[in-house]
Amino acid sequence: MAETNGSDTVTVYIDDEPVVVPKGITMIEAAEHVGKEIPHYCYHQKLSVVGNCRMCLVELGWPMKDRATGEPILEEDGSPKIGWGGKPGIACNQPVAEGIRMRTDSDLVRDCRHGVMEFLLVNHPLDCPICDQAGECKLQEYATEYGRGYSRFIEEKNPKPKRTVLGPRVILDDERCILCSRCVRFMQEIPGDDVLGFIDHGSYSTLTCYPGRELDSNYSLNTVDICPVGALTSRDFRFQMRVWFLKPVDSICTESSVGANTQVWAREGKIYRITPRQNDAVNDTWMTDSGRDLYKQVEAEDRLTTPFVRGIEATPVQALRETERLLRPSERVAVVASTHSSVEEQYFLRRIADRTGAQRYAVRHWGEEDGLLLSADRTPNTRGALLTGLLDELPKPDLRELGAAIDRGEIDTVLCIHEDPLACGLTVEQVRKVAWVRMATHASPADEHAFIALPSLTVFERSGTFINQQFRLQKFRAVVPGPAGLLTDLQQLASLNSLLEDGPVASVQPDHAWKELSAEPGPFAGLRFRTLPSEGVALDPGEHARHPFPERQSLKYEADSFLASLPAATTAS
Amino acid sequence: MAETKVLERKPLSLAERSNLPQIVSGLKTTVSHMFRKKVTLQYPEVRPTLPEGYRGVPTLVHDPHGREKCVSCQLCEFVCPPKAIRITPGEIDPEAETAHVEKAPKEFEIDMLRCIYCGLCEEVCPEEAIFLQDVYSMTGYSREEMVNNKEKLYELGGTLPDHHYKWDKKRAAEDAAKARGYAHS
Ligand code: SF4
Ligand code: SF4
Ligand code: SF4
Ligand code: SF4
Ligand code: FES
Repeated sequence: MAETNGSDTVTVYIDDEPVVVPKGITMIEAAEHVGKEIPHYCYHQKLSVVGNCRMCLVELGWPMKDRATGEPILEEDGSPKIGWGGKPGIACNQPVAEGIRMRTDSDLVRDCRHGVMEFLLVNHPLDCPICDQAGECKLQEYATEYGRGYSRFIEEKNPKPKRTVLGPRVILDDERCILCSRCVRFMQEIPGDDVLGFIDHGSYSTLTCYPGRELDSNYSLNTVDICPVGALTSRDFRFQMRVWFLKPVDSICTESSVGANTQVWAREGKIYRITPRQNDAVNDTWMTDSGRDLYKQVEAEDRLTTPFVRGIEATPVQALRETERLLRPSERVAVVASTHSSVEEQYFLRRIADRTGAQRYAVRHWGEEDGLLLSADRTPNTRGALLTGLLDELPKPDLRELGAAIDRGEIDTVLCIHEDPLACGLTVEQVRKVAWVRMATHASPADEHAFIALPSLTVFERSGTFINQQFRLQKFRAVVPGPAGLLTDLQQLASLNSLLEDGPVASVQPDHAWKELSAEPGPFAGLRFRTLPSEGVALDPGEHARHPFPERQSLKYEADSFLASLPAATTAS
Repeated sequence: MAETKVLERKPLSLAERSNLPQIVSGLKTTVSHMFRKKVTLQYPEVRPTLPEGYRGVPTLVHDPHGREKCVSCQLCEFVCPPKAIRITPGEIDPEAETAHVEKAPKEFEIDMLRCIYCGLCEEVCPEEAIFLQDVYSMTGYSREEMVNNKEKLYELGGTLPDHHYKWDKKRAAEDAAKARGYAHS
């Protein structure tokens, strides 16, 4: 048996197998280390432990010690004598300790699970056919795997309220609630809004909101994610589609520079919901409610679906050639860059700007920060624009400087990515004075005055990378195909660049950009899109960390300590 | 190589040459059939009686209280081997009498050009809402006509007896609890 050697690990025995695990975790987590699942409802990795569901009951044993001398008692063969507790214990609340034993598959443990499942199902409704959780319900899964398989219950079930509206986005079915208190603890511990709680006793126990309050936090939908059963359902996703038809694709939330990792669930080209994807360096297992709504932009009425040249419909290729014709001879070009663009798109826009000697502008989109997963910079990729060299300072509040340059007659062509000039302080006259080329996903009133409109794709329809507030490079993948016939933003910018360079126009994927990006010395050296891990990589920001970014504090980021954690050479001013 | 055997060909007799015995024996068979039980039907005026468990066109049914039984759980859509079923789930109007059932299909389509009459949809349905009944003749002039929509499926399905009245019992229990105010007192 391994000695406690003052290191950070201990050896525990799970079903007689020795396992070396870090100190400070619990036995349920130790089992996970070796790929053993101990069924559980109330335990959640990111929440405090309450131990109220009893689903994780196991047999636990400790090496015995002589009370008088404190010496370990040994068996005849010299191995330590194990004192098995008289009763089963819960694995979720048992910290690991040197030499502790756990049986996860004995007859007693199986009996315990049968019993707990039976109690949970006593008053549970037969709702699976109409329950949104079906297919990802822990009660269904454990009933199959650990339940007795038949019911002994002949009594009438206990009715409870079934369609309680808890808040603008969440509905509660009390009959399905197993009173695990995950939702209560989440609201207390993560957003710190103690609005949920139980009232009454025994079979009358009911989850409810504090009197006069509702569950209206911008994090309320996380309770739906962690509810192990179908008690809490999302009003947006409710009854829309069965989960077994949906395919999840890894993506990144574009709501702010936090860059929460997400999964986007779609069936046959239609997106149904967005859920958080665990990344302990960025968002743990949470995301905002507002970020989950962003998929609606895909099917918005005002999507741009055809390219226009001087108000006449064109093919994407014609529109790009027309744009090239405008940019090529001109020495008075401006680009309006976007911090919504991916790193790859920004890289090609930089090459276009370099070649045409364009003046560069960008608009910032800042808002209130909530200290959790909504940061002050409401765009996903401001750091990308800096690190690719597209911008050398933070975006400005508006485009008035560009307006002044237009008025002075210094500009005659503007290549504008995503921004709406009229919303950024320009007048119709200023837009009309130049050849305005606008690449965007959605229509704006400015399009009427634009010379060329190049429709682009939403984040759900293209692939690429963003750099979040922690200078973490993270990738997102296309979930659904874009409107028929449209080119990706990356393809349009890369083609435009090739046309301007008189090079061949070819099909471009994110990795083509990375071939060139990774060849340059700097933060991107040696990186590739294809091999970028799904949890992203932290980049070395170098001098760029010193820009006056608006973000102060979020779940996993604190501006001052972030700066302090960087190598001294890069932060010394 | 074996030697070729030469057979003697006899000339036809008079009776054989007249063909009469053949005609008579043929007529005997024909006439005997006139007095046997008929095996054909005057289709489509006359229809056959179908055996028990016959698997005809899949249909949707109402229960004897007129409630639409399907709750759009989409299990049949999932199990259907040729992917003939297409359901758009929907929510029941909260004012409706069956509001407590919560879910019903907004649209339900079965493409009869795809259906292989396997009966798995009937087998899997947890609400006993879909049945392969006795309709066996599906015709149409276009592909669209061969897709049965929700309205058509209910028209074909009609009403079948219910052995559980699960949802009626559920509402009775719910109403009783509501009258007590749910909580203990
Ligand atoms: S919570 Fe799970 S077991 Fe209960 S009705 Fe919903 S899917 Fe079925
Ligand atoms: S609503 Fe869900 S998460 Fe909350 S206590 Fe009930 S079962 Fe647990
Ligand atoms: S009978 Fe078979 S093929 Fe036809 S709809 Fe049902 S499951 Fe599909
Ligand atoms: S017919 Fe039955 S299996 Fe198919 S959706 Fe309706 S309830 Fe579900
Ligand atoms: S998971 Fe251990 S008691 Fe609930």
